[in-house]
Amino acid sequence: MNWSFFHKLGSPKWFYDISGRWLPWFVLATVLLLSVGIVWGLVFAPQDYQQGNSFRIIYIHVPAAFVAQSCYIMLAVAGIITLVWRMKLADVALRCAAPIGAWMTFIALITGAIWGKPTWGTYWVWDARLTSMLILLFLYFGIIALGQAISSRDTAAKATAVLAIVGVVNIPIIKYSVDWWNTLHQPATFKVTAKPAMPIEMWFPLLLTVLGFYALFTVSLLMRMRVETLRREGKTRWAREALEKMS
Amino acid sequence: MRRIVWLLFCREWRLAWRRPGDLLNPLVFFAIVISLFPLAVGPEPSMLRIMAPGVIWVAALLATLLSLDGLFRSDYEDGSLEQWVLSAHPLTLMVLVKVAHHWLVSGLALVILAPLFGLMLALPPQVLPVLCLTLLLGTPVLSLLGAVGAALTVGLKGGGLLLALLIMPLYIPVLILGTGAMDAALQGLPVMGYALWLGCLAVLALSLAPLAIAAGLRIGVSE
Repeated sequence: MNWSFFHKLGSPKWFYDISGRWLPWFVLATVLLLSVGIVWGLVFAPQDYQQGNSFRIIYIHVPAAFVAQSCYIMLAVAGIITLVWRMKLADVALRCAAPIGAWMTFIALITGAIWGKPTWGTYWVWDARLTSMLILLFLYFGIIALGQAISSRDTAAKATAVLAIVGVVNIPIIKYSVDWWNTLHQPATFKVTAKPAMPIEMWFPLLLTVLGFYALFTVSLLMRMRVETLRREGKTRWAREALEKMS
Repeated sequence: MRRIVWLLFCREWRLAWRRPGDLLNPLVFFAIVISLFPLAVGPEPSMLRIMAPGVIWVAALLATLLSLDGLFRSDYEDGSLEQWVLSAHPLTLMVLVKVAHHWLVSGLALVILAPLFGLMLALPPQVLPVLCLTLLLGTPVLSLLGAVGAALTVGLKGGGLLLALLIMPLYIPVLILGTGAMDAALQGLPVMGYALWLGCLAVLALSLAPLAIAAGLRIGVSE
């Protein structure tokens, strides 16, 4: 396999150029997937026979929860890359992705609470999956707080990388212990191994919004990373030229 | 190798006993936090009995966190930590000795003290051995995980609050298993499963946490 792209990722300038070329396509994908998925899900998908229209919040809730969980794994992968290959860009990705992941977790929690009121009769229950999402939010807060507390950029990068890796080792343990502690939430909506329990008119828009949320995550991550790269490389010539071109 | 472990342990021991007050503080904190609960929710024994496992575990968790805040600080400030990082002996082993000593003077003291507070919170005497056993298995995990946070925040001002923020979410499995075992014991159900799980966590933390602690210390020292 050709690994040159991986080594090129170490160069901030290369990243800035290539991400500038990718960004419009990701924006296009986000707009298409989200608009089609959300309009289809909110307007045209059939009503649920038990929950009526209130189930439609699934088209926001489930994608946000998906992205929130994958984002933490991405943090840990970026952390490993930071520690092993000392790649600056991985650190930029780690620091830029953490707030997005925290927001996604927050959205999943809020939409879950709004959904819980009509279906369970209460905004919040100490159910296993809600609780583990809340804990995930706290883990994100920890990474953000540690990154902000350390003034030296290099030290902050390594420390947050270690914390992300420790966190990701703990996530399955936390998940299983919380599951054991209490369970009321319905089991996972999508499983790779099993056929979905929903009819196709319901899950296909959901699939679109899930992909749309991933694209949205990519867009916001790339935009944050581009700004952060410019800020860090502000002294180099290519960064100044890029800034001049913008203004 | 055995000699360096022994020498380090003796050093920690001597340092700790030069300031015995510092050893006592977490225990007093533990006692006060537990005493606050009957004052806050009322002295009804039936209610206290239901709350007792949670209260004791949360208090133990907070006391451990508080005592861990300064674990590496003095070594960092006087430069001995740098010598540790530079020395030929594995850093993981040395931090393991340090954390083991910390557990001996704080965690083990909590284990010994807990039955007393269990009685004061109206726990029936037959569940007290379970309380001791779960704390005995759980507090090493608390010490080891907390030491990871202490290592990551070693050079920072006001690291105590940050340490709590970083590490508290990671303590949740221990809390759940520890209180779960107590609840099972209160209802007369078998507790062996919980104890085995806690043992698993202890072994896992014992084998993996020293690596993370050493990595954190290297980062802190290199600043």
